[in-house]
Amino acid sequence: MLKIENLHATIGGTKILKGLDLELPPGEVHAIMGPNGSGKSTLANVLSGRPGYEITGTVTYNGVDLLEQSPEERAASGVFLAFQYPVEIPGVGNLYFLRTAVNSIRRARGLDEIGVTDFLAKADAAMELVEMDRSMRNRSVNAGFSGGEKKRNEILQMAMLEPTLAVLDETDSGLDIDALRIVAGGVNALRGPDRSMLVITHYQRLLDYIVPDRIHVLDAGRIVRSGGKELALELEQSGYADIVGAPA
Amino acid sequence: MTAVVTDVRAAALEWVERNGFPTRKHEDWRYLTVSDIAQAVPGAAIVAAGPGQPAPSLDGRVPDLGGPRLVFVNGHLVESSNVDIPGVVVTGVAAALESDRVRVESLLALDAEPLDAFAALNVALAVDGAFVELAAGTIVEAPIHLVFVTDGADGPLLANPRSVVVAGAGSRATIVETHLGDTSTTTTNNTVLRMVLAEGATVEHVVTQSLPESAVHLSVLDAELDAASRLTSSAFTVGGTIARHEARVRLVGAEAGVVLNGLYVPHERQYHDHPVTIDHVAPRCSSRQTYHGILDDRAHGVFNGRIVVRHDGIGTDAAQSNKNLILSDRAEIDTRPRLEIFADDVKCAHGATVGQLDENAVFYLRSRGIPEAVARGVLTNAFAAEIVEHVENDTLRAWVEQLVADRLLDAESRA
Repeated sequence: MLKIENLHATIGGTKILKGLDLELPPGEVHAIMGPNGSGKSTLANVLSGRPGYEITGTVTYNGVDLLEQSPEERAASGVFLAFQYPVEIPGVGNLYFLRTAVNSIRRARGLDEIGVTDFLAKADAAMELVEMDRSMRNRSVNAGFSGGEKKRNEILQMAMLEPTLAVLDETDSGLDIDALRIVAGGVNALRGPDRSMLVITHYQRLLDYIVPDRIHVLDAGRIVRSGGKELALELEQSGYADIVGAPA
Repeated sequence: MTAVVTDVRAAALEWVERNGFPTRKHEDWRYLTVSDIAQAVPGAAIVAAGPGQPAPSLDGRVPDLGGPRLVFVNGHLVESSNVDIPGVVVTGVAAALESDRVRVESLLALDAEPLDAFAALNVALAVDGAFVELAAGTIVEAPIHLVFVTDGADGPLLANPRSVVVAGAGSRATIVETHLGDTSTTTTNNTVLRMVLAEGATVEHVVTQSLPESAVHLSVLDAELDAASRLTSSAFTVGGTIARHEARVRLVGAEAGVVLNGLYVPHERQYHDHPVTIDHVAPRCSSRQTYHGILDDRAHGVFNGRIVVRHDGIGTDAAQSNKNLILSDRAEIDTRPRLEIFADDVKCAHGATVGQLDENAVFYLRSRGIPEAVARGVLTNAFAAEIVEHVENDTLRAWVEQLVADRLLDAESRA
C-alpha cells in the first residue's frame, strides 16, 4: 500500500505540489491525469527520489517512510520509475547495466547474486515481452535508441527488476500506435496482485490500452477529482477545463 | 650509437645552444615551461648504463602478448625474445647501426630540423632504441612489444631512447610501447619513436605510460604515412609527474588515414599534456582524433590539437574531439583546437567539452538500485571505455582496462 499525505514539493523556489493526498492499494492500477504543469512529473520524481526538491508531507510504502530513503534504497524497497525521458548512457552496455541493477537490488535485500544462466534466460524472456531485438542486448543503454525503443527498454527494465510499485511517467509520450501497443502489452503482462502501478498520462489514449482501476485528476499540485475508469471518457469529451473548474 | 655521426650530434647540441629550450611563447609548449621540468628534475644525470645490465622481472607488470619483445632499461636494450620472424627485423638501434649504418642513420632521421630542444637532445644523446622493420607484404599477427623500463635506483637520470618502425608496402603489424619504472628518484625520459609507413601499410600502435609519479616523461610519436597506409595510435597516460606525449603525423601520400586516440587520467598534481599535429600534405587523406581526459585533485591536463591542411590537401576529411571529465573543482584542463587550412574542399570538424558526470545518468542508475558510488564509477569507466575499446588485441585491451580501472578505483576510494 502506497500512502501519500499532504505532500508539498518545491523546486527552484516554485511550489509544484501543494498538499497532495493519494492511496494506492496493492495490485491496483491508478491513473494520474492532468494538464501540463499540474505536477504529474514532479510527483513521479518525488516518489523515485530525484534530488533537488524541497519536500514536506509523508509518503509511506508498506509502512516504510520513502522520503527518508535514497533512490537506490527505494529501488530495493520495490519502487520503479519508468522515465518520461530515459537517459542515454554511452559506453554502458544494456545487459551489463541490467545485471548490475538486478544484483545491486538483490544484495540490498540480502540475496545472492543471480547466476549468469538464470540472468540471461530472464533477460531473453523480458526482451521477448517488449519485442526487442536480441542485438539490443549489448548496445549502450538508450544510446541512439528511437523514442519507442527507449520506452520499451524502460518496460524491459521493469520486467527484470520486478518492482512492487511501478510509476510510469508519460510512458505513452512520443509513441506511435504500434509502439504503444507493445509497451501497453508489456505493462499489462506485468500486472498482478502483488504489483501496484501509478500510470501518469496527459492523454486518455493510453488508458484504452492500460485500463486503470481508478483515475485521479491532478491540477495545480493537488488531486481535484477521483473516479472510476469512466472518468477518462468524461475528460476526453469535456477537456480538463471543465473538470478542473468543477467541484471535486 | 656511440660512434655515430659525431657531426650530427654536435649540430644538435649547437641547435639547443642557439635556440634554447621552449618557452610558453612556443605554441606547443604553452602550458609547460622548462623550469617546471628543471624543478622536477634536480641534478638530472645523463645515464650511461651499458648493455649487460640484467633485465628486470616484468612478470605481471606488463601484458604477456606472446609475440616478439624488446626490453630496454634506461634507454639500453637488455633483452630480446621471440624476434625470429620471417620478413621482420626486431632489434636494437645500436645493433642495427652496426650492420647497416648508412641506411639506419637515414631512417632515424637524425639530421631533420629539430622541433625543439628536447628533440635535439634526443638526437645528441640517443644511444639505443628499438629498430623494427617489416618487409613489404609481411603480416605479423602477434603484437611487437617494446618495453621501456626506467630504473632510478642509481639516482636521477635522463634517458633518450630513439626508435624507428619501418612498415614496408602492404605490411601489417601491431606495435605496443609500454613505459614503466621503478624509481622514487626523479628520472626523465626523452623518447622519440619514428614510424614510416609505406604505401598500403597498416600499423596499430598502442602506448601505455604508467611510470611512478616522480618521473618526467617526454615522448614523441613522429609518423609519416605514404599513400593508402593506415595508422591507428592509442595513447594511455596514467603515470609521471610531468608527462607529455606528442603525436606528429604527416600524411604525405594520397588517401592515407590516421586515427589517434588518447586517454589521460591524472590525479594529485600530475601534469598530462597531449600535443597533436596532423599535417595533411597529400589529397584525400583522413584523420580522426579522439581524446578523453579524467582529471582529479589538482591535476592539470592539456590537449593541444593542431590540424594543418596544405595547399594540395584537397578532399581532406579531418575530425577532432576532446572530452574531459573533471572529478575535482581544483583540477585544470586546457583544450585547444588549432586549425590551419590552406586548401579548398576540406572537411574539418572539431569539438571539445569539459564537464562533470551527467547527474541525470547518475540518478537513472540509482533509480535502478545501483548505489551512488557504484553508479559514478560505472559512468566514469564508461567514459574511459570509449577510448579503451579501440584497442584491438583482447589481452592488451583487458590489461589497459585494468590499468585505467585501478586508477579510477583509487579515485573513488578517496572520494
